Amino acid sequence: MATIEAELETPVQAPIEHPHHKKLVIMAWSGDLDKIWPSFILGTTGAAMGMDTTIFFTFWGLFPLVRNDVHITGENWMQKMMAFMNRPGDEHMKLSKMNFAGMGPAMLGQIAREHHAALPHELMESAQELGVRLLPCQMSMDLFGIKAEDLIEGVDAPVGATTMLELAQGATTFFI
Amino acid sequence: MSATVVKLLDLRGLSCPLPIAKTAQAIRALAVGDLIEVHATDPGSVPDFAAWCTTTGHELVERTETDGVYRFVIRKTR
Repeated sequence: MATIEAELETPVQAPIEHPHHKKLVIMAWSGDLDKIWPSFILGTTGAAMGMDTTIFFTFWGLFPLVRNDVHITGENWMQKMMAFMNRPGDEHMKLSKMNFAGMGPAMLGQIAREHHAALPHELMESAQELGVRLLPCQMSMDLFGIKAEDLIEGVDAPVGATTMLELAQGATTFFI
Repeated sequence: MSATVVKLLDLRGLSCPLPIAKTAQAIRALAVGDLIEVHATDPGSVPDFAAWCTTTGHELVERTETDGVYRFVIRKTR
C-alpha cells in the first residue's frame, strides 16, 4: 500500500469554513442531451458539496422534464406539432452535434455504460435524492402547452423569471 | 469521537460525479465524529475528494492507493 501524497501537488488541506451561504443556480435552456447532461452533473455535484442547488428548466430545457410515456404535449395543433418534432422525455434527447438520427445518442449511451459514467436519467435521480430543486418555467409551460401532470414526479411547482433571479442572488450561476 | 470506521462504501468502477454524490448521501446517515471509508477507482476522485472535504469541512483523515484502488477515510465534522 502506497500513500498517494507524492503524486499530488497540493497536500491534504485543512477544512476551511465558508462564512457565506453557498448557492448554485443552473438555467437549463437547452434540451440537447449533451447540455442537459452537464447540467445534471453540476447540479448533483453542487448538492453533494452542500450547496443549495436549483435547476431552472426553460424553453427547450423543459422537454426532458416531461415523462417518457407522454408522447405528445400541447393543447393546440401548433403545440402538438412542436412536441411531435421535438419528442419530450429524457430518453428522447438529441445531441447538439453528430446526432445522426439517434445513432449518436445511442453510441454515447453505450460508451457511457462501458465507462460506468452515470447517464442523465440516473443523475436526475441522484440530484433529486440530494435535494436539488427542479423548477419548471411557467412561461415555457404555457408556450408549449405542457401541463403539470405531463412532468416527472418530484419537480416543484412552476415559477417565473423573478423567482429564478431572486434565487440567483449571490449564487454561482450557469446558463446551459 | 469514534476512531473506527462505521461505514464502508465500495464505489469502484463509478465515474464522476457519482463517487462524491454517493459519499455525500451516505455521510448524512452518520453521526458527527464518525469515520467513513470510501473505495474508488476514478483517478479524478483524488483531487475531487480533497476539494469536497475543503468545501464541506469534513476531514480527510487518510488516503492511500493500492493497485489502482483509491481509499479515502473521512471524518464527519458537522
